[in-house]
Amino acid sequence: MTPQLLLFIVLALVAIASALGMLVSRNAIYSALFLVLNFATIAVFFLLLDAPFIAIAQISVYTGAIMVLFLFVIMLLGAERAGLVQAIRWQLPLAIALAIILMLEAGYILLGQRGVVPLVTTPLPQDFGSPAQVGTTLFTGYLLPFEITSVLLLVAMIGAIVLTVKEKR
Amino acid sequence: MLPVQYYLALAVILFIIGALGVLIRRNAIVVFMSVELMLNAANLAFVAYARFWQSMHGQIFVFFIITVAAAEVAIGLALIVTIFRTKASIDVDQISTLKG
Repeated sequence: MTPQLLLFIVLALVAIASALGMLVSRNAIYSALFLVLNFATIAVFFLLLDAPFIAIAQISVYTGAIMVLFLFVIMLLGAERAGLVQAIRWQLPLAIALAIILMLEAGYILLGQRGVVPLVTTPLPQDFGSPAQVGTTLFTGYLLPFEITSVLLLVAMIGAIVLTVKEKR
Repeated sequence: MLPVQYYLALAVILFIIGALGVLIRRNAIVVFMSVELMLNAANLAFVAYARFWQSMHGQIFVFFIITVAAAEVAIGLALIVTIFRTKASIDVDQISTLKG
């Protein structure tokens, strides 16, 4: 067993366990903290896959900004707990059954691919995934989407302010 | 690099856990966090294939997905705060004023 495979298995177990922890914890704050752990392990996967820039962006944007925003809102509303009783009683078993069916389908497809998709053996270019190369690709091939993204962020900012501002009666 | 199927299998499992969270949780904030988990599973698949094909385009897509997720979280949390102000609850089953 290679060190890389060992690292993958350990990290995958941590990722799945933290995702399940997020799913079942009753307190929303625990859910958020489990999700932070999950995002951190996914950032390590990005490092394993030679994407250092994306990994750092994941840490700073997801675990840094987005999850802090989540924790802020949870504590601001004081709404950590919501009951687990469903309004529709058969919702939980149906959801689990559908999830198992989806898992079986995905497993069937993945196992069917075995041996068809070749293993990569060609060496990577030296600067694959470096910030310089991300920047070059972003500002040559994806310049228009990049600019549209800035408009999207502006709209989101204005929208968040408009939604939460208190109306004067 | 490990076979790309390993990463895909992990992404599938995380995605399904996220989908389950959307279906069975009633706290709107936890539902929202499950959506983030699904987005992250998609990111993992993108980066795995970017490494597999040795192409930067997958990583650029992940960059855009992270940006859109940030915008989505800002709007979504603002909506949740507004709903909480009017209904004093963020239980998704109670947001049924439009129900006939």
